[in-house]
Amino acid sequence: MKAHLNRRYHLSASHRLHAAEYDEAKNREVFGKCNNPFGHGHNYIVQVTMSGQVDPVTGMVCNLGDLDAFAREHLIERFDHQNLNTLTPFDTIVPSTENFAIEIYRIFQPFPHAHLENVHVEETGNNSFDYAGQ
Amino acid sequence: MILLTRKAEFSSAHFYWVDAWTEEENQRVFGKCANRNGHGHNYTLEVTVGGEIDPVSGFVVDLKQLKDILEKEVVSVYDHRHLNYEVPEFATTVPTTENIAIAIWQRLEGKIPNATLHRVRVYEMPDLFADYYGEAK
Repeated sequence: MKAHLNRRYHLSASHRLHAAEYDEAKNREVFGKCNNPFGHGHNYIVQVTMSGQVDPVTGMVCNLGDLDAFAREHLIERFDHQNLNTLTPFDTIVPSTENFAIEIYRIFQPFPHAHLENVHVEETGNNSFDYAGQ
Repeated sequence: MILLTRKAEFSSAHFYWVDAWTEEENQRVFGKCANRNGHGHNYTLEVTVGGEIDPVSGFVVDLKQLKDILEKEVVSVYDHRHLNYEVPEFATTVPTTENIAIAIWQRLEGKIPNATLHRVRVYEMPDLFADYYGEAK
């Protein structure tokens, strides 16, 4: 039987929304206070949904320990308490939460023990974004 | 069709253990969840049903009736119980969040008048929850 497992991870990072293609005035117009030159930060919540057949012996879609270790190594250690704009790929694209969700989808897609269904990223309690692949 | 979700809560004890495995193997796979003295959670259940709106009552299902069904079929069986020892479906099946979602689906399937089960979501903790959409999905 197939089930979905949802796991939420927490990370804190700073960013600045700024496009090199726009001049200063256009950046301020498009991004507003998110364009503050010194950046600002969020407590992000990343919710990944993994699917697969429930193993008849363990009762699991995948071992949570494996998923947590994968998230720690590839997501948390890479982005937690960092400035997103200084890290690949956000040194060349705007670290909007949409782009962040897409990058996190790329990170979890190779997880070997279950199928990635969806990435949900909450930037604040009022803003969240979902990416389920192409 | 419109979807309607009702929540319920239950608090239960459990542990993860496969009798066919050695103690070392259980510890390796299940970690601290393999402590045979058990541990517990406050579970939150979300049951989502789909159906057509009754043109007179404006309801898909009567919420009070749905609440009573969740109480009778799930909460009264699981709440303040040890899942491994006191709930028959977990006598030989590990009570993981995935298996609890499947078991609750099986308990509720066909019991809700005028609506079909769409999703059973079980939160073991706010940061860990499982969804089951039935055999077909």
